[in-house]
Amino acid sequence: MKNSKYLPLLATFVVFVLGYVICISVFPNMLSTRVAGNLLTDNAFLGITAVGMTFVILSGGIDLSVGSVIAFTGVFLSVILRDTSIHPLAAFAIVLVLTTAFGAAMGGVIFFLDMPPFIVTLAGMFLARGISYLLTTESVPITHPFYSTLQEIYIRMPGGGRLTLIAMIMLAVFALGIILAQRTRFGTYVYALGGNLTSAQLMGVPVAKTTIGIYALSGFLAGLSGIVFSLYTSAGYSLAAVGVELDAIAAVVIGGTLLTGGYGFVAGTFLGICIQGLIQTYIVFDGTLSSWWTKIVIGLLLFGFIALQRGLMWMSERSARNMRHASAAAQASGA
Amino acid sequence: MANAQPLLSVRGVSKAFLGVSALENVDFTLQAGEVHALLGENGAGKSTLIKIITGAYRRDEGEVLLEGTPIHPRDVVDAQKLGIGTVYQEVNLLTNLTVAENLFLGRQPKRFGLTDVREMNRRSRAILDTYGLDIDVTAPLANFSVAIQQVVAIARAVDISGKVLVLDEPTASLDAHEVEMLFAVVRQLRARGMGIIFISHFLDQVYEIADSITVLRNGRLIDTVPVAGLDRLKLVSMMLGRQLEADIKRTIDPNTAKSEPLVSLRGLGKRGSVDPLDLDIRQGEVVGIAGLLGSGRTETAQLVFGIERADSGTISVGGAPVNMTSPRKAISQGFAFCPEDRKTDGIVGDLSVRENIIFALQAQRGWMRPLSRSEQEALADRYIAALDIRTSDREKPIKFLSGGNQQKVLLARWLATNPRFLILDEPTRGIDVGAHAEIIRLIIDLCERGMALLVISSELGELVGYSSRIIVLRDRKMVSELTGDEISTDHIMKAIASHGATGEAA
Repeated sequence: MKNSKYLPLLATFVVFVLGYVICISVFPNMLSTRVAGNLLTDNAFLGITAVGMTFVILSGGIDLSVGSVIAFTGVFLSVILRDTSIHPLAAFAIVLVLTTAFGAAMGGVIFFLDMPPFIVTLAGMFLARGISYLLTTESVPITHPFYSTLQEIYIRMPGGGRLTLIAMIMLAVFALGIILAQRTRFGTYVYALGGNLTSAQLMGVPVAKTTIGIYALSGFLAGLSGIVFSLYTSAGYSLAAVGVELDAIAAVVIGGTLLTGGYGFVAGTFLGICIQGLIQTYIVFDGTLSSWWTKIVIGLLLFGFIALQRGLMWMSERSARNMRHASAAAQASGA
Repeated sequence: MANAQPLLSVRGVSKAFLGVSALENVDFTLQAGEVHALLGENGAGKSTLIKIITGAYRRDEGEVLLEGTPIHPRDVVDAQKLGIGTVYQEVNLLTNLTVAENLFLGRQPKRFGLTDVREMNRRSRAILDTYGLDIDVTAPLANFSVAIQQVVAIARAVDISGKVLVLDEPTASLDAHEVEMLFAVVRQLRARGMGIIFISHFLDQVYEIADSITVLRNGRLIDTVPVAGLDRLKLVSMMLGRQLEADIKRTIDPNTAKSEPLVSLRGLGKRGSVDPLDLDIRQGEVVGIAGLLGSGRTETAQLVFGIERADSGTISVGGAPVNMTSPRKAISQGFAFCPEDRKTDGIVGDLSVRENIIFALQAQRGWMRPLSRSEQEALADRYIAALDIRTSDREKPIKFLSGGNQQKVLLARWLATNPRFLILDEPTRGIDVGAHAEIIRLIIDLCERGMALLVISSELGELVGYSSRIIVLRDRKMVSELTGDEISTDHIMKAIASHGATGEAA
């Protein structure tokens, strides 16, 4: 009974385990490190940006620009590596600075102009996508030898599965994200903003700095996600990653984070990503199912989780009301 | 004590908003180890004074000295650092964070650059221990009652600030047990030498906990007096202002009192909001509700209108019991309700006068049967003329009208539904003198045409002027019902000031 806030996380975990058990019972081959390794590699870019999205949603906001920023990053890298002799690492640094600044600027607009995040990041979404088109409308392959080097880095897991560099990056981002959320002042401030903005302000939370920081973080992670995506596809294309922001939001919500902010965990988002990956893998194994089934199952899961959260909120409100008199009486006699 | 240097002293502070004075040349002195109650009705300037002390507003004139040093807090956080902490009625903590995180937000202990959760929890337990509170500090604050949240808020404020503690209506949503628990904490802090400013509308509580009282009225200091030996009647008259002129009363037709009641309440109440009360309201009668702010006046009206659901008692309309579950139900019974705060509960600022007038009627008819444009215009024009609403145009957005005219539009909105029973909550607040008189004339006029009215007002003289009967509420209880010759500001004030919690009438 101690902390009902872990309940959505637990529910996600149960769904994941159940899903995995079903998958294995149908396709025993799915229980292998190869499948696990591929699942992590295929969803690395989505996972990284979903970590940023988790912070944004925890603070009570939303970031619709991440898909476009991923596409922009890929296009920027492919064009700059094609047209200049700059080293990819330098290009990575430049693009990360750009996307972080882009996120920070959106955060600034949201706070200083007191605009809803939905609108500001929607504008950001069009802006980033538009700039990608401006750079090139074609799919530009990336042929730099350094890319091949990075793509070949992996750790062999027992059972023959490969933990690729980009999967490792995603796992590292999740680990750092969990620490940032749970063990730093910034993390607590993010929860505070999502809990109650007025109270947070009165309690001395630096709202401006935190808001800008949150969107800068989301921009940075979207940039990193774009780099990972370009490593994954070896190309930059301005039409890439359309709708990724919505997949990321879905992963965050399925992971048990409340869309209104204040409640949720980065670890839950990881489970959300795994559940999405699991469904895709199942469809690949089956071979006859259309890939649209992924969307259908995700849709159903989203409905289920939103209903679950509502139910939990309703239950906790009711128990808090019932507790009121009992606990007050106990305290009065104890004091 | 009196000759020691005061902990906090406010000297000649004034504040005006857009040229309207909210506070004029007010002095206020708080000693260390004192609970000082700040009293006054709405608009008295209490909250303005508190906001100046806590840094939410800048003063226009005067000075604030903390331990003899002038201070100029830039904002609430700055005031906290100087030593002035505030706990508000709606606890301003974060219920989604743990108790420990709430206590240490913004100043979490760190270890290797990361929050040291174990140390934070340990210190939180130690802090709450001094308040006799043994709770799980790792649980979200939402798991605890409002009273415990209040104590956590106080603990945080004291731990950060430690000199002056402002308690802004801390007991408004607590029950008797919880109030006792909170007062134990307050007494303990007083013994530690803190200065505590206590704002409350409950006079019994003020007498129980406060050492001295400062009364403000209309932005001016009335007096600062010690609580010991202070006569309640004197206190109430300080707060409300004694009307020197003789009460002007309306002549009441004695026959109305004998007719069958239109609305009758039997044991109607809600725990923690209003104690059960009986009341009959007849056609052609104005029943006034008097009482201090927070005495349960508005809550009573909300129960009758179905905004809040009663947990005891019955309402009958024309002799038939009605289960008043929602305002819709009330409207279908021919009830109408003009709320107290017209800005938030009444007008829709950007819509036109016409649209604001037809609202309730349209809602009553349902969206399937829209009023035609010409019907709307005819209706709006009729009420603009009938109530003498001063607007250049019926299509003018209502936010550009004066307060009195906005109030008349709200009245028109409900009159358009042709109600049998009209509830008015503070109909004359914040409107100019001329409009004031017109609203009162309208109340009397409606009554004489056979409508039943229930009117809540802080203006006792006005209430005495038009009411056929007056009920007096104190501390969420009906303490008196005045009829005939008993109706006078004197009697009302005596009833409000009457002592004791057992509910004996004045």
